[in-house]
Amino acid sequence: MSKILIVDDEPNILLSLEFLFKKEGFKVFIARDGEEALGIIEESGPELVILDIMMPKVDGYEVCKHLKKKNRETKVIFLTAKSKQQDIQKGLEAGADLYLTKPFSTKDLVAKVKALMN
Amino acid sequence: MLSNGVIIAFTFGYLALLFAIAFFSEKSARKGRSYASNPYVYALSLAVYCTAWTYYGSVGRAATNGLEFLTIYLGPSLVAPLWWLVMRKIIRISKVQRISSIADFISSRYGKNITLGGVVTVFCLLGILPYTSIQIKAIASTFDILQYAEAAQPLVQVPFYQDTAFFLSLGLALFTVLFGARDAEATAQHEGMVMAVAFESVFKLVAFLVVGVFVTYFVFEGFTDIFLQAELRGLDHLFLLQGENNASEWFWMSALSMMAIFFLPRQFQLTVVENTDEKHLDKAMWLFPMYLLLINIFVLPIALGGLVHFQGSTVDADTFVLALPIAYGQDWLALLVYLGGFSAATSMIIVSTIALSNMVSNNLVIPVLLVNNTFKNKFQHELGSIVIWIRRASIFLIIMMAYVYYKQVSAHFSLVSIGLISFVAIAQFSPSILGGIFWKKGSKLGALTGIVAGFFIWFYTLVIPTIVTAGWLPSTLMSIGLFGIVALRPYNLLGMQDMSYVTHGLFFSLSLNLFLYVLISMLTDQTSKEHNQAIVFVDIFKYSTILDRSIIWKGKAYLPDLKALLNNFLGEQKTAEVMEAYTLQMGKTLETNGYADPELVNYSERILSGIIGAASARIMVESVVKEEEISMEEVLGILKETQELKTLNLQLKHKSKELKKASEKLRKMNETLRLNDVLKDEFISTVTHEMKTPITSIRAFSEILLDEDLPEVERKRFLDIIIQETSRMSRLIEQVLDLERFDSGRQELNLEKTDLRIVILQATESMLQVFKEKGLTFDMYLDFEGLELTIDEDRIKQVILNLLSNASKFAKSKVKFHGIIQSNEVIIQIKDDGRGVPEEEVPYIFEKFFQAKNQTSKKPVGSGLGLAISKKIIEYHGGKIGISREDGLTCFTFSLPLQEKINKRIPYPKDNE
Repeated sequence: MSKILIVDDEPNILLSLEFLFKKEGFKVFIARDGEEALGIIEESGPELVILDIMMPKVDGYEVCKHLKKKNRETKVIFLTAKSKQQDIQKGLEAGADLYLTKPFSTKDLVAKVKALMN
Repeated sequence: MLSNGVIIAFTFGYLALLFAIAFFSEKSARKGRSYASNPYVYALSLAVYCTAWTYYGSVGRAATNGLEFLTIYLGPSLVAPLWWLVMRKIIRISKVQRISSIADFISSRYGKNITLGGVVTVFCLLGILPYTSIQIKAIASTFDILQYAEAAQPLVQVPFYQDTAFFLSLGLALFTVLFGARDAEATAQHEGMVMAVAFESVFKLVAFLVVGVFVTYFVFEGFTDIFLQAELRGLDHLFLLQGENNASEWFWMSALSMMAIFFLPRQFQLTVVENTDEKHLDKAMWLFPMYLLLINIFVLPIALGGLVHFQGSTVDADTFVLALPIAYGQDWLALLVYLGGFSAATSMIIVSTIALSNMVSNNLVIPVLLVNNTFKNKFQHELGSIVIWIRRASIFLIIMMAYVYYKQVSAHFSLVSIGLISFVAIAQFSPSILGGIFWKKGSKLGALTGIVAGFFIWFYTLVIPTIVTAGWLPSTLMSIGLFGIVALRPYNLLGMQDMSYVTHGLFFSLSLNLFLYVLISMLTDQTSKEHNQAIVFVDIFKYSTILDRSIIWKGKAYLPDLKALLNNFLGEQKTAEVMEAYTLQMGKTLETNGYADPELVNYSERILSGIIGAASARIMVESVVKEEEISMEEVLGILKETQELKTLNLQLKHKSKELKKASEKLRKMNETLRLNDVLKDEFISTVTHEMKTPITSIRAFSEILLDEDLPEVERKRFLDIIIQETSRMSRLIEQVLDLERFDSGRQELNLEKTDLRIVILQATESMLQVFKEKGLTFDMYLDFEGLELTIDEDRIKQVILNLLSNASKFAKSKVKFHGIIQSNEVIIQIKDDGRGVPEEEVPYIFEKFFQAKNQTSKKPVGSGLGLAISKKIIEYHGGKIGISREDGLTCFTFSLPLQEKINKRIPYPKDNE
């Protein structure tokens, strides 16, 4: 079973994503901030991380950089409300594989996650 | 006794020293190192005031009249502070108008009138020549005393080629020609001469102090001894001030010397013409009186000492200074004293002669020559050097005249009187000069009449008696008066009895002079030129910077003619230089063959004034200019225009300053606007960002609901979330609109008299459940009941709810609510034991979307608009809101005024101010 980590500080968004990917057959981990996310990455080694950017304590960019430094194989998708060109630029520079903006289409997201995993 | 040869050697040696000083200081000045241009040399040079007459004569006067000799020094010292008012103005006028002498000054002021300049020159000669001659007499007689211990009377009979005084006079003339008439420009400064005079001032002071110390401490045993011995011989009246009769004498003598220090030609030469910097006056104002004080310390001791020592003998008190050292066998000291007196005499002769020669050449000779067209045409290319030679010739002539006067006339008169008589002559210029610089109405005819009348009285009351004394006129004139009219007795005009003859002469001459000057000035009209000069003189400080434009001139001159005129006096090179200076100064270029504009004509005239005097310059310029008559109205008009121009200039300056300020303000405003723009962008981006969060949830759940066949429980739960997020969004939109209304001032409060306690209770009530759920204790304390305030109930509730809800989010275990009345306001405090707000963030927490500022690391609790809106609401109510930390609790405090000073609306820019 593929392991996926979802990081967001909005409980309702977390809930919806968790529901979606569990249904798709992933083993889903969730984290409410960057710090928690880093802990889970260390412990469970997810193959893909869906990352929000604006979060308390450690932000999404930092999590991504850290992650990619340790293990380039882990895929990262930024899923954020920040939609300015410079934010996207910054996200890709941090090493993300994909940058998606909120609000998102669930089908589209699931399809892209699957494509990345294969 | 020193031999004749030694004395002559020292005398001419001293003269040689003067030549050397003058020569070397001129040489170094040409190399750019000026020693003369400093306030100390300036102040010392002014001490030319102390002549041989004062050097020897003070003691003589003190021996006969006691303390009265002091008036000669008291006047100049008392008047020194006035220099700032009078001298500074005269200096400024003279520099701007290129005035080189007192005669030039008066003629310039009264319409550049030739007659007036000539009259003043003649009177100066009449007044100063005898004065100069007594300097020669002083040199000659002290020379004899040194040689024979007594003035030899037969000296007068010695032919001039055997007379030392003649050769000394020649030497002085040579010095004066060399160092006083080098340039054609009379306004040029004579560095070497000034340095020599300053040196002489030091020399005579030292010599006098040395002899003073000798008499006081070596002949006698100090001041006390001298005064005691004098008192024993009944001389105490000399050092005690006496009754009223004396007071008027003191007043008039002081006044006389005040006028002398201002208007003596030699003083004018050094104070005004040789002045290089107006600021030097500041120091001279106290240095010069100090010099006078020093040189007077020993006058009375020497006088009394002489009287005590020579009691019963015939030694003249005027010679005590010299006679005392000789009597005690101190030949070398006597020689020093003699040289000190020599220096006092020579400096006076040199400077007076320079001043007089300027007047004679510029106000007598040149005007006469220049009206003569044949002369003018014949010598037109040598005029510059002719001016110099006229001046040199005048110098020789004046000194020789002084010598002749000494030989033929002054032997008959006493030394003392001539100095004072000379002062009275000079005093005749004071009404027209002082009137001229402070009173615009003073007219040419008034000045002329005043001066002539004053001189007539002077001559009658002060000169005629000396002629009578010499035996050339019948003595009945003195005793029964002219034509036997008693009221016309020269010493007792109108029967006046109680004054000394000098005071008597001064009183009558000056009174008539002043009376006629004022009366006739009031009765006559000035010509336009005269009026122009009057205004420029009186208001010199207004005009000095824009003078060329403020002199009235109507007419035009062909530029080559004007240049040729300048060439004649200045030479080609100098002419080119002054033209260049003009174009630089005015920022104009000159057309080689065009017409000169009025400014250039005025400029040229001023340049010429410096060489040949104002009146002659006027004649010369008139000869090349087609001048149109100009009416008085036009004069006034143009002068007014100049004034307005100046005012306008000032206003322009002011305006440009204001403009600069305004543009700076504008720049700042722009900056603020730009910042506002940035903030607005930020606001919009934050708002959209905040909206995306609920929309994201709504969309995700909607899609899930659409795609999946979900169990009823889950379906209901997801729909609940959708509804929650929808209302979160509408709340956000509501708040944004709210804030916008408050910000733009369009928000209105729905004010009503409300019981504050009830409002608070209702607001807290709804929060109680939340606290309970979060396990927080809540305690409340209100110290008022039935307090009715005019407030918007809902808005105040909104604030309380917002603060309570924030507190509930951060509190760990408790929330407190306090309401108290303090002076004239209600204070509400809501506290929680949460971690609080970091100090550096305190200033920002009431800004909208503050949380959004650090969005990458902060979890927004709520929209981020709550506090911003609360702040607005409280401010609308006339209260304040703030945050503090008290006893480990975060404390939000807001106040509401008890009196009604609530605005329904706050104008929009309020925040930006």
